[in-house]
Amino acid sequence: MALEKIVFKGIDIPGRTEISVYEDGGGYAQWKRVLSEKIEPNELIETVKASGLRGRGGAGFPTGLKWSFVPADSPKPKYMLCNADESEPGTFKDREILEKDPHQLLEGVLLGSYAIGANTAYIYLRGEFVKGWKMVERAIAEAREAGYIGKNVLGSGFDIEVWTHRGAGAYICGEETAMINSLEGKRGEPRLKPPFPAVEGFYKCPTIVNNVETLAAVPKIVENGPEWYGQWGTEKSKGTKLWSVCGHVARPGVYEVPLGYPAQKFFEEDLGGCWNGNKLKAVIPGGSSVFAMTPDEFFACNLDYESIAEHGSMLGSGGMIIFDETACLVEASTVIAHFYAHESCGQCTPCREGCGWVLRMFRDIEAGQPQPGAKDVLLDVMDQIFGATICPLGDSIVMPIKSMMEKFPEEFEYYIREGKSMVTGKTRLAQLAQPDKPENWRRGEPFDYPREQDYKTSFKGLAHDLSRGPEPLFTKFEDE
Amino acid sequence: MAYELSAENQQRVKEVAARYPHNMSAILPALHIVFAERGWIDREACDHVAELLDVPPIHVYEAMTFYTYFPRKPVGKYHIQLCHNIACNLRGAENLIEYMRDKHGIEEDRVTGDGLFCLHRVECLGACGGAPMMQVNDDYYENLSPEKIEELIEGWKREAGNGRR
Repeated sequence: MALEKIVFKGIDIPGRTEISVYEDGGGYAQWKRVLSEKIEPNELIETVKASGLRGRGGAGFPTGLKWSFVPADSPKPKYMLCNADESEPGTFKDREILEKDPHQLLEGVLLGSYAIGANTAYIYLRGEFVKGWKMVERAIAEAREAGYIGKNVLGSGFDIEVWTHRGAGAYICGEETAMINSLEGKRGEPRLKPPFPAVEGFYKCPTIVNNVETLAAVPKIVENGPEWYGQWGTEKSKGTKLWSVCGHVARPGVYEVPLGYPAQKFFEEDLGGCWNGNKLKAVIPGGSSVFAMTPDEFFACNLDYESIAEHGSMLGSGGMIIFDETACLVEASTVIAHFYAHESCGQCTPCREGCGWVLRMFRDIEAGQPQPGAKDVLLDVMDQIFGATICPLGDSIVMPIKSMMEKFPEEFEYYIREGKSMVTGKTRLAQLAQPDKPENWRRGEPFDYPREQDYKTSFKGLAHDLSRGPEPLFTKFEDE
Repeated sequence: MAYELSAENQQRVKEVAARYPHNMSAILPALHIVFAERGWIDREACDHVAELLDVPPIHVYEAMTFYTYFPRKPVGKYHIQLCHNIACNLRGAENLIEYMRDKHGIEEDRVTGDGLFCLHRVECLGACGGAPMMQVNDDYYENLSPEKIEELIEGWKREAGNGRR
C-alpha cells in the first residue's frame, strides 16, 4: 500500500491555492467556528497539547506546551512568528506547503495567533522562495478580502494582521532567536536562552515561533480532534510527519509518513531503494545537521523521534539524505563543512573559527596534503566546537562529520594515507580540468592554516571566499 | 547622483514600515524593494534606505554585510545561482559548473563579457528533491542535466538577442 497524504492532503489537490477550493474542502471552517463560538484560547492550547503535536522544524518541542508558556497576563503585545526559513540541507517539505497549500498554513497561523492572544503574525520566508512568497501573499490578500484577517474579524471583536517578511539568504535565521533578531532588522545572530521567546522575543514581547509544518497541521487537529491526530504515530511521537527525501534515491520527494513507520519498509517499498539499484551506504535522516546512520542502524529503526534517537541519530527536520555506494564520504564531509563554515554567523569563537578550520583541513586532505595526524586533529577540533556555542549550529557541523568519521573510519584513513578517494580512486584535484587556475580554489587548492587573514574573513557575509585574503568591509560596495 | 528609489517604491517602503512596531524591522523588506527595482545594492542605496526609514545608516550596513542574498555589484541579466550543497553535489552539481565554464565560458563570480550571465555557487536552496538545481533570477530550475542547461542557456541567449525578456 502506497503512502497517502493525510494531514497535508491539500498538497495534492489541484487549485488548492485558490481560497474557493480551500473553502470547499472545509477550509476556514474552524477559524469561523472558533470565532463565532468564542472558544477560549486555553481550550485551543489544550487541544493542541492533547494531540501530541511536536515542533516539526527540528527540535521536536511539544507545540501546545510552547504556546502555554506565553504569559497570559502580560500587558505587552504578543506575536506569532511562522518559521518558513527552510534552509536545512536535505529539507524541502515546507516549500510544498507554501507553494501548494498556503491557505491551510494561514488558517493555522490564525488559530495559533488566537490561542496565544497575538494580534500580529509574521510569516518569515527565506528570500529565495519567491514563488512560495507570492503564493502566501496572494493567500493573505484573499483571506483579507473574505474577512478572515483584519480588525474585528467576522464581528468577533478579535483583531489580527498577518504579514510576510522575507529573509535574505542566511541559514542561521531558521534558529528562532536569530529569526527574531533578523525580524528586528539586526544581523541574524542567535540570542542566549533564557529568556525564551515565549516570554521575551520580538522587541522583548512574548513571541511564539512555529515551523510551517507544525502550524499547517493545526487546522486539521482543531477540526478532527486530538484523538483523530493521535491515531497515527506512537505513544510519544503522535501524528504524521512530512519527510523530504533526496540524494541517491530512486524516488526523491516529499512523503507524509505516520510516525513510527518502519524505516526499512519506507526505504524499500515507498522510496524504491537507491537509484540505479545501487547499494545503500549511509543515511542522514533529519537534515544535514544530525548524525549519519549505517544501513544496519537505519533499517533497525522506526521513523519516530524516540526510535531514531535510540539508533544513534535524530529525526530533526525530516530531511533524509541517502548516500549510495558511489558516494565518497570524505568529499561529502567537505561539502557539509563548507556549508557550516559559510553559514556560521560569526558570533561564537568555537563555531566561527572551528568550522573554517575543519573545512581547511578537509580541503588539504582532498588535495592529498593532509596535516600530520589529520584525523585526530579533526576529531579534537570538533570536540572543542561541540556544545560550546550559543545556538546548535556549532553542534551541527560536528554531528554529521564526526559520525561519518566514526562509522566509516577506513574511508577517511585511506584518503589521508593514500591521498585519494577509496571510492572513486581519484583525488578531487585530478578530477578537475584546470587545477592550477586560482578560481578553482574551492576544489582542493592546498591551504596553510591557521592564517591570520582568515580571522578577518570568516565572518558571515564576508566568508564567501576564505582563500582570497582579507576583504575590508566596503570593497564590495565600491566599484572595484 | 545619489541613488534613489522611484517615488512609487519610496511610498511602498513607508507602507511596509508601518507593519512593524519599529522601522528597524523594515530594513530587510526595504532592501528587497531596492533589489527588485535595481538588481543590486551598493552603499549609496543603503544610505538611501537609512534615510527613508530614518534609522542610522550603520544598521543598514550591518544587515547588508550579514545577508548574502543581495548582490553588491551588477550580476548580469541572468543571475545563475547553482546549489552545490550535499544533495545537489551527490547528483552531479560540479559537472554542471564545469559544463557552463567549458561550453559557455560562464565563470564563477564573474559577469560574462556580453553582460548576460553571472554564476554563483550557493548553499542549499531548499529544493533537494529536484537536485541538481539552480535559481536564475526569481525562478527555480530543477532536475538539471548538461542537456537541460544547454537548452536553457541557448534559450536565454536567443531571448536576449531578440531584445525580449
